[in-house]
Amino acid sequence: MNDLLGLYSYWIVIVLMMAGFYVVISSSNLIKKIAGLNIFQTSVFILYISMGKVDGGTAPIVVEGSSNAIYSNPLPHVLILTAIVVGVATTALALALVVRIKEAYGTVDEEAISESDNEL
Amino acid sequence: MTLATHYPILQVVIPLLAAPACVLLKNPRACWLLTMLVMLVSLGIAGQLVWQTSESGVISYAIGGWAAPWGIEYRVDALSSYVLLIITTIGALVLPFAARSVADEINIKMQYLFYAAFLLCYTGMLGITITGDAFNLFVFLEISSLSSYALVSLGKDRRALSAAFQYLIMGTLGATFYLIGIGLLYMMTGTLNMADLAERLPAVNESRTVLTALAFLTVGISLKLALFPLHSWLPNAYTYAPSAVSALLAGTATKVAAYVLLRVLFTIFGVDFVLGTMPVAEILIILGMAAILIGSMVAIFQENLKRLLAYSSIAQIGYIVVGISLGTVTGLTAGLVHLFNHAIIKSALFMAIGCIIYRLNSVLIGDIAGLGKRMPWTMAAFVAGGVSLIGVPLTAGFISKWYLVLAALDKGYWPIVVVVLAGSLMAVVYIWRIVETAYFKPYNGPASISEAPLTMLIPTWLLIMVNFYVGIDSSLTAGIASKAAAQLLGVSP
Amino acid sequence: MRYHLVLRTVAKILIPLIMLFAFYVQFHGDYGPGGGFQAGVIFSASLILYGLIFGLAALKQVIRPWVVRVMLASGVLIYGGVGVASLLLGGNFLDYGVLAHDPVHGQHLGILLIELGVGITVAAAMITIYFFFAGRKTTKQ
Repeated sequence: MNDLLGLYSYWIVIVLMMAGFYVVISSSNLIKKIAGLNIFQTSVFILYISMGKVDGGTAPIVVEGSSNAIYSNPLPHVLILTAIVVGVATTALALALVVRIKEAYGTVDEEAISESDNEL
Repeated sequence: MTLATHYPILQVVIPLLAAPACVLLKNPRACWLLTMLVMLVSLGIAGQLVWQTSESGVISYAIGGWAAPWGIEYRVDALSSYVLLIITTIGALVLPFAARSVADEINIKMQYLFYAAFLLCYTGMLGITITGDAFNLFVFLEISSLSSYALVSLGKDRRALSAAFQYLIMGTLGATFYLIGIGLLYMMTGTLNMADLAERLPAVNESRTVLTALAFLTVGISLKLALFPLHSWLPNAYTYAPSAVSALLAGTATKVAAYVLLRVLFTIFGVDFVLGTMPVAEILIILGMAAILIGSMVAIFQENLKRLLAYSSIAQIGYIVVGISLGTVTGLTAGLVHLFNHAIIKSALFMAIGCIIYRLNSVLIGDIAGLGKRMPWTMAAFVAGGVSLIGVPLTAGFISKWYLVLAALDKGYWPIVVVVLAGSLMAVVYIWRIVETAYFKPYNGPASISEAPLTMLIPTWLLIMVNFYVGIDSSLTAGIASKAAAQLLGVSP
Repeated sequence: MRYHLVLRTVAKILIPLIMLFAFYVQFHGDYGPGGGFQAGVIFSASLILYGLIFGLAALKQVIRPWVVRVMLASGVLIYGGVGVASLLLGGNFLDYGVLAHDPVHGQHLGILLIELGVGITVAAAMITIYFFFAGRKTTKQ
């Protein structure tokens, strides 16, 4: 039981990951798909951020006079900052595509789009 | 400190800086000229790197002077220099073709953005190939993917938009899977450098985290690779993208993903772990064989030429994956040789289709009836490429299939031989359909149709020539490939 | 928008402060938390706020689209330029140590310029995204 609760950050990650993944797969609304994709990516961000936690660690900024302080591991944070930026870029591109899809098809529903394609 | 020591970084930085320069220039002609210059310089650098690695082995370059494994390391060995050569060759030949094709297919106001995105896509693929850092690879993967989504969406048909969106969703899922895998590996080892990971992983091999990481990485990369059954994004993306983009992506994007698969399976995890402990190879071989059969089968029934070629690509990826998964030097050589051969064949075929689109504005098989007389050179290029796809002797396709059959017989996996033969027979069927329509049916299109312009034909034919050259004298590709294969498996060639 | 007196007044007070904070985050980035990514987003937020309150046309008067395009490209060029400069001065790519006589000064100078490049590009990218989404005519469907 202790183990299960002690790993709570992973449970959050798993729940978010599966929720996001489910939305991406099951929803036919393109905007909802993007939202699901964002939730999915966020779960990975949390996975990385929780990885950098060190017990009793502080922010990794060197201050004079406290050379033996314990620091959290900054590397996963830096990595995930990059991944967040990538995520923002992906979302912007996806939304831009959806705007153009809406202009071209008049709908953002995946099934309606494939229907109107099949009519051609 | 001469310039030669900086080739690994220059290979990536020159196209990277040319992309914003294109945004500044804005004039399509100037952008094209700059891009062409960059492609030629990149090709030169890649050639130099191939030569350097064959002379002195592995080249390592520390970004910012921070030594590996702390800093980001760029690492060029036989395999990466080989893939660099593939990408730069395709890039340098697709671009001259792109000038006319882009002017025809893309709004003039968007053209500078096309070249910027083209350069970024190219940068990303070169970066993936050259980096020795697992996370840096993710960043380059996303650079190339994001720009290729944008490139696909530039297609004239509105279906290009939904194809690009589908590609984006699948591609992002794949990249995020890769990211999860790398994160899990970092948790277990505390390093991101590939060589360092390879050293530290054996100690923690037994842990479930590492096994999960392997699973996430394999699935993520297979999505990018469009390995059956994760290929659903590929046919639409290739079909509706502008011709130049189809030619570039078909030649390089999946090849780079195959390279990542090789790196992860053999460099990071090591052949013993992947092929011995885990059933990765068995799964990949079965999926690869399914890809060959189903991809070729579906290709036979396509009415749209680009879609036909896209499904044929899925089958060809199957050949590559089967070769890789055999895990022997011959098998890997077969996979790697086919990497090169399929890149040039598919790019040449997509460029021939681009010529047809330029004149005919259609890619439906019914519309090319009798075109063999109207566009003899284009159709001849198409047939030459198709013959190579089938694997007729004296073409590049034959060499790779020959190696693959040899490797399969070595291991006693005769079902692979049967599948390769069946795949080739089905290739005969779908190529023959096109040949029959183009040459043996009366022409009934508009009277004004004539041969495609030379700027489009020459690059196409150059690729076809390379294809025949490699088919007759395979020592260049097979030589580097077998060396790279030996290096990956850690045996002396 | 003409009558939203409270919004307009508050925005006028806030925008300079947001910009100032962006510059603080930008140039404090090599000593404490901060840096180009955050600063770029904060800076562009001030301009996007202006656009939201006073309209897209007014924002395009404040910052012309071609300026944004040049910013977008020049940020990346600054970043790459620093790398190439350190390469020409005899170091590896992005090895800031060689940029000044003293390696420590070189490191400071290098990271300052790099973060400047990042900041400019991120700000321009955010504004470009806003321009494109806000500037599209709505379809009637």
